[in-house]
Amino acid sequence: MGFDIHSELPKLLWLGIGTAAFLAVIGLLLVLVDHGPKSRRDWWQAACFLSPAGLLLLVGLIYPVVRTTVLSFRDRAGAEWVGPSNYTWMFTQPEILLVLRNTLLWVLFTPALATTIGLVYAVLVDRSRYEAVAKSLLFMPMAISFVGASIIWKFVYEYRPAETDQIGLLNQIVVWLGGRPQQWLLDQPLNTLLLIVVLIWIQAGFAMVVQSAAIKAVPDEIIEAARIDGANGWQQFWRVTLPMIWPTVTVVLITISVQTLKVFDIVRTMTGGQFTTSVIANEMYNQAFRYGEIGRGSALAVFLFVLVVPLVLVQVRKIRRTREAQ
Amino acid sequence: MTHAPMTSPVARVRRRLSGRTASAAAIVIAVVWTVPTAGLLVSSLRPEEQIKTTGWWSFFTDPTMTLRNYDEVLFGRPSSGQLASYFVNSFVIAVPTMVFVVTLAALAAYALAWTRFPGRDWLFVGIFALQIVPLQMSLVPLLRLFSEGVAIGGVEVMPPWDLQGAFQFTTVWLAHTVFGLPLGIFLMHNFVAQLPHSLVEAARADGAGHGVIFRRVVLPLIVPALVSLAIFQFLWVWNDLLVALIFAGGNVEVAPLTVRLAEMAGTRGDEWQRLTAGAFVSMIVPLIVFFSLQRYFVRGLLAGSMKG
Repeated sequence: MGFDIHSELPKLLWLGIGTAAFLAVIGLLLVLVDHGPKSRRDWWQAACFLSPAGLLLLVGLIYPVVRTTVLSFRDRAGAEWVGPSNYTWMFTQPEILLVLRNTLLWVLFTPALATTIGLVYAVLVDRSRYEAVAKSLLFMPMAISFVGASIIWKFVYEYRPAETDQIGLLNQIVVWLGGRPQQWLLDQPLNTLLLIVVLIWIQAGFAMVVQSAAIKAVPDEIIEAARIDGANGWQQFWRVTLPMIWPTVTVVLITISVQTLKVFDIVRTMTGGQFTTSVIANEMYNQAFRYGEIGRGSALAVFLFVLVVPLVLVQVRKIRRTREAQ
Repeated sequence: MTHAPMTSPVARVRRRLSGRTASAAAIVIAVVWTVPTAGLLVSSLRPEEQIKTTGWWSFFTDPTMTLRNYDEVLFGRPSSGQLASYFVNSFVIAVPTMVFVVTLAALAAYALAWTRFPGRDWLFVGIFALQIVPLQMSLVPLLRLFSEGVAIGGVEVMPPWDLQGAFQFTTVWLAHTVFGLPLGIFLMHNFVAQLPHSLVEAARADGAGHGVIFRRVVLPLIVPALVSLAIFQFLWVWNDLLVALIFAGGNVEVAPLTVRLAEMAGTRGDEWQRLTAGAFVSMIVPLIVFFSLQRYFVRGLLAGSMKG
């Protein structure tokens, strides 16, 4: 049995009905909102505008955050209080400690390398003839899914026995250089580093675009002044450009760090978390949705939250300070 | 690395000399960033036996092209992917979610920016703060809400959602909408709040209510922002794996492309003729959006890089 268009029709029908019904309700709301009682009009008009989104956020985010925090102190089914034992489990179990170590590796390497590569590339192609094309090459991976990117790189790392032709580019390069092909994704910690390459490949484009905009915002006169003072290109970059765009660089670093902490798709697609490549988000998924360990899964989620909060607070302060400086 | 603007003739000569190393470095980076994708694209067009036995680079000495892989992975037997159905699912998940988030976000942002009520600023700060909540924090309770319903003190307030067939999309829509709203409202607010005061005040002085002002005055002015948010939201949902995995499951009735591909990469990791073609099927829509709407795309993505 192949593809049958008839089995797809109900989906498209529901898509049409759902969207149309939603828009009809909102349209009606916009008309009715002006025909209500005249007293406290602003207040209840605001309520009409805000309540759909507010209700969704209340039920879908605020309640769940509280609930997950509560569940992290309960047993596997979420029925009995168990105190902090899910957290002690997390910080004593050797497998989970490895998961935490892997997450640390991700956070140590990805933001720094993606930001550096993005910055170097932005400087290199700045004001060159092919700048637009060059930039879209690096930025393209941002458009595709992490799953797609993972398949692209899984193919690069593919292994065939030494007697046969290699089909993965990495092993072929090793063979060309006279080495023996390897099963890259089996040995830790190298496999985690190779997965990190995928996220760097995705995020460097983001880092490049943001930092490139910052470089272009540096006034020409300042660079010119440095040049007249005898600074060469290298010195101009280190002494003038970099200090001036430093606030942007840190914002990029933090943004990518937050993304990196939550990495899930790459690990899931490339190794499924096997061969000691798992990370917090993947382990949370496994515990909560595959092993039915609701308490442990919730504890991992809370820990992830706790890791993200300080980064975002720094970020918010940074953004506010740049706004004030402008 | 010497790439500050230099205009004098001497500087130009110096620049050309060092420019060569710079160009070489830029080309190396560009190649590393492009070749893996190109390799996958080339492979997806080669016959199965060739993909599995020789490297894609031998395509250039022995070019044999076929669209069989695409035909099989899209329309073939269920075991070979059946991606056409999943492709439809991806659309059916992404399009309504996009409409819901953009509409609700614009409404909420308008109220937060232009109506006056006590606690408004606190509400805005609260919604802003919700952006930082990782998805993982809300998955378990939200899923339970759908599967078990709500009972307060033994009284069933909401029955469990036992949806069948195409109706199963509803939970996925709701989940994605919830996760898209905090950022959506924040982005829209930045835009709506910047509209000139005089515009809204003039309409108010004419006796127009907020419904009319929103429809006739504000909506036409915020179209570019709506487009940016719509693109970002569409791509985010199209490319998402985690939310779909949990709220749609792996079923061909609702699961999107990403879920199916991740599953194929795990269970059929050696069937490269399917994985290469399949990966491209999933990438084609984002790539079209990327190349045709790059300006909006960059704006939306940059603004949305902090999302859940």
